Amino acid sequence: MYVLIYALINSFILSLISLGFALVYSIARIPNFAHGAIYVATGYVGWLLINRLSLPFPLAIIVALIFSALIGALIYRIVLIKVRGMALSEIIASYAIGIAILEILRWGGLRGMTFMLPVLIPGSVEILGVSIDYQRLLILGVSGGLLLFLYLFTHHTKTGLSFRAIAQDERASLMLGIDSDRAALLSLSIGSAICGLAALFVLPLGNIVVEAGYSTLIFALAVCVVGGLGSTAGVVAASFILGFAQTLTEKLISSHFQMVVALLAIIGTLILKPSGLFGKQKELEERV
Amino acid sequence: MGEIILEVQNLSKHFGGLTALNNVTFAVKKGEIFGIIGPNGSGKTTLINCISGFVRPDEGRIYFKGRDITGLPPHKIANYGLARTFQIVRPYYSLPAYKNLIIPLFSPRARKMGGWRGGGKYGDRDAVAVDILEELGFERDSRVPYKLASSLPAGYQKRLELARCLALRPELIMCDEIFAGLSMSEVATLVPLIEKLKMEGLTLIMIEHRLKELFKLADRVMVLHFGEKIMEGEPYEVIEDERVKKAYIGEEVF
Amino acid sequence: MELLRKERVDRGIKVRTEGIYAISGWQEMLYLLMPRLLLIVGLLALPLILGPFPYWKRVINMMCAYAILSLSFDFLANYVGLANLGSALFTGIGGYLSAIFSLKLGLPVFLAIPLATLMGAVLSTLLILPTLPLRGVYFAIVTLMLPLLFCRIIEALNILGGTNGISGVPGFEKAFVEEYTVILVLLGFLFSLRRLVNEDFGLVLRGIKDNDQAVRASGINVTWMKAIAVFVAALLGSFVGSYMVHLYMWAGLSLFALDFSVIPIASVVIGGGGTLVGGVIGSFILVPLSEALRAFGTLRIAIYCIILTVFIVFKSEGIMIYLQRKYHQFERWVKV
Repeated sequence: MYVLIYALINSFILSLISLGFALVYSIARIPNFAHGAIYVATGYVGWLLINRLSLPFPLAIIVALIFSALIGALIYRIVLIKVRGMALSEIIASYAIGIAILEILRWGGLRGMTFMLPVLIPGSVEILGVSIDYQRLLILGVSGGLLLFLYLFTHHTKTGLSFRAIAQDERASLMLGIDSDRAALLSLSIGSAICGLAALFVLPLGNIVVEAGYSTLIFALAVCVVGGLGSTAGVVAASFILGFAQTLTEKLISSHFQMVVALLAIIGTLILKPSGLFGKQKELEERV
Repeated sequence: MGEIILEVQNLSKHFGGLTALNNVTFAVKKGEIFGIIGPNGSGKTTLINCISGFVRPDEGRIYFKGRDITGLPPHKIANYGLARTFQIVRPYYSLPAYKNLIIPLFSPRARKMGGWRGGGKYGDRDAVAVDILEELGFERDSRVPYKLASSLPAGYQKRLELARCLALRPELIMCDEIFAGLSMSEVATLVPLIEKLKMEGLTLIMIEHRLKELFKLADRVMVLHFGEKIMEGEPYEVIEDERVKKAYIGEEVF
Repeated sequence: MELLRKERVDRGIKVRTEGIYAISGWQEMLYLLMPRLLLIVGLLALPLILGPFPYWKRVINMMCAYAILSLSFDFLANYVGLANLGSALFTGIGGYLSAIFSLKLGLPVFLAIPLATLMGAVLSTLLILPTLPLRGVYFAIVTLMLPLLFCRIIEALNILGGTNGISGVPGFEKAFVEEYTVILVLLGFLFSLRRLVNEDFGLVLRGIKDNDQAVRASGINVTWMKAIAVFVAALLGSFVGSYMVHLYMWAGLSLFALDFSVIPIASVVIGGGGTLVGGVIGSFILVPLSEALRAFGTLRIAIYCIILTVFIVFKSEGIMIYLQRKYHQFERWVKV
C-alpha cells in the first residue's frame, strides 16, 4: 500500500519533470538539453528570492516561474533561433548552454548541502494507513492540474490548437499561416515554466544540488524515450511505468538501483519498440 | 518479354484516418514501360514508397521476380534489382557529380555485378562512374562529370538521379515524376535516353504528371484516384475512358 | 562612387599544386607538405623540448589524448551526421576494461591497451546500436545519458572500486613509451581517418549525412555503415581511456567525467568542424588553457561551453578553416 501510493507520487513527479522537455520537442522539434539546468536554476532563484529577498514563498514561486519562462525564451531567442533547422548545431548548442548554466551555478555558490526550498504546506496526513506529507499530495494536485490545463489549452485555445497543428505537420501549419517561430518561442517558454514548476514543488523534498540538474535531465530523457518523443500520452504512460518500476526496485532491492532501472528501460525500449510506447515514428519517408 | 517481373496484390495503406492506397492490384511485364498516372493525392508516391520499401503497407503483397519483397528494408530491395528515383532530387551536395555514383557502386549488388558493360575493373569505381554518366549524356571530356552535383542544372540532376539507379545495374527502375520541373528541351533530351534503356532490356515504371510524354513512351498505363485503381490499359484506351476524364476534371491535360 | 565587392581567389601556388602537378617543383611540394611536416615534427619534438618539465609533458599527453577524442567527435558529427554528446562513454569503458585486464588478468600493458581498445569499442557500439536506425536525436540522447548513467551506477552499486576507483594499475615501463605512444597514435589516427573519409567508404558516410534516403535506395545498409563509423569512433575513445588509466595508474569515476564529452565538442567547434585537424588544433589550445585555469575548477567547462555557443551562434567557421582559407586563398576588392 505504501509502495503503491509512493509509486503513484513518483510517477507524477517523473511526469512533471518530463512534460516540459516533451512539449518543447513535439512543437519546436528541438531537444532542449538545457532542461536540467533550467530545473536547478529555477530552484536556486526561488531560494534566493526567499532567503535573500525575503519574499513569501507563494510570491517567490510566481516570480521564479516567470524567471524560468524567461530563461527558456532567451535561450531560444539568442541561441537556438540562429541554428534552427540544423539538427546537429541545435543539439550541441542546447547541450552546451545547459552545461554552462549548471557549472556556472556550481561555481557561483551552489555547493554543499545547505540549499533547501521550503515546503508549501508542512506536515503530513494519514491516508489509508500510510503517512504522506502534504507536499507530496500537493505534487499530485499540481501535476494533475497541469495535465488538465495542458489538455484544455491544446484543445480549446487558438494558440494551443496551433501547437498541436505544428506538432503534427509543421509544413502544413506554416502554409496555414501559423508562425512556427513564435510557436517555438512560446513552447520553449512554457516548457521551461513547466520545468520550473516541477523544480519548485519537487525540490522541497530534498536539497538543491547541481547534480539534480543532470539526473533530472536523465530521467526526463528516459521517460521521453520510453514514451515516445512527440507524444504526451506516451510521456504520461512512461512516467507511470518508470515510476512504479523505480519505486518497486527501491523497495525490493535498493534505492541504488534506480539508475539501472532507467538504463534498462531505455535499452529495452530501443530494442523492442524504438519509437517508444506511443511514439509516432514518422515513416522514414518524411525525413527527406 | 511477356513474363511478369513485378506483381502487386491488394495493396493498402492508411495514414491515421487517411487512406492513401486501397486494394491496388496490378502486374508489370518484363521489358515494358508501365505508366502510373492520377491527380495529386491519388497515392502515386505512396505506392512507390511501399514497393521500394520506404513505407510498410498495411495489407497486400508485393512480388518482384517471384520473390515476396513486402515490408523489406529499402536497401535489400535495391539489391534485388529494383531501383527508384526520388521526386525531389537531392544529390550529395558536397561531392562532384561522378562521385555521387560511388555510393551506389559501393552496394553489394553493384560489387557483385562487377564492371560496367564488362569493361573496367569494379575496383576502379571512378572510371565506372564516369562511364555510366557518359551513357546518360554527360560528355566525358567536358568538365561536367566533375562539377559539384549541386551546381548542375535541373536536367543534368535528373539524369544523375537516373545514373544513381543505373549504377545498381537494376532490372526495374521506378521513376517518380522524372519529368517534373524540366523545360521542353530538357525533356526532349531525356525521352530518347529512356527509350534506350528500354531497348537494353530494362523495365520501367513511370509515375508522371506530364501525360503527353508519358503516353508516347508507355506500353500500358494505370490510373489511380484517391488511392484506388480506376483503370488500366493501353494509352489510347486510357485517354478515352470516362472515369479518367472525370478524375481529371478541371485540369488541362492534353 | 564605385561599387566594390570582396572576392576570394585561390592562390597561384594552390592551383599549381592540384593533382599530379603537386610534384612539379620543390616550391609546390613544400607548399603542400609544410603544414603537415610542421605538425608531425612539432609533435614529435615536443617531449624532447620539454624534457626537464615533467608537468608539461603530462600536459602534452593530455593534449594528444583530447585531440584523439576530438577526432572521434569530428568524424561522427561532420562526416556521418551523428552528434556524440558522450565521448566519456568510450573513455570510461576503455579505461575500466584496461584496468581490469592488467590487474585481474595480469596482462602486460602493451597487450592490455589494444585489447581494451578493441573490446571497449565493441561494447560501446553495442550499447549505441539500437539508436542507429532512428533519428539523430535518439543518438544524441543516448550518448548523453550513457556516461552519466554508468557513473551513477558505479557509484551507487559500489562496483569497480566505487568512488575510490581502482588503484595500482601498472604504468608504462619506459618514460618515452609513455610520451610517444599517444603522439604516434594521434598522428596515426589523424592520417588514417583523413584517408578513410576520402576513400569510397568515407564517401558513403558523407552521403549518409547528406541524404540517407538516397543511400538506402542505392542498396546500402545505412544502419550497418553507421555502426562501423561508431565503432571506429569508439576505438579512438577507448584507446584514450585505456591510455590514461595506465598513465595515471588509476581508474576511477573521473573516466566518465563530463570533460571528456565536452572538451572534444568545444575543440571541434572552435578549431573548425569537418577538417579533422581542426579538432586537434582546438584541443591543443583548450587543454593548456584548461591547465592554466585550474583554479576555476569546473567553471572551465562552463567557459568552454559559452565560447562554443558563441562560435555556433555567430556561425564562425573555426580557427583551422580560417587558417586554411588564408593559406589557400587571398582576398581582394574588385569592381562590381
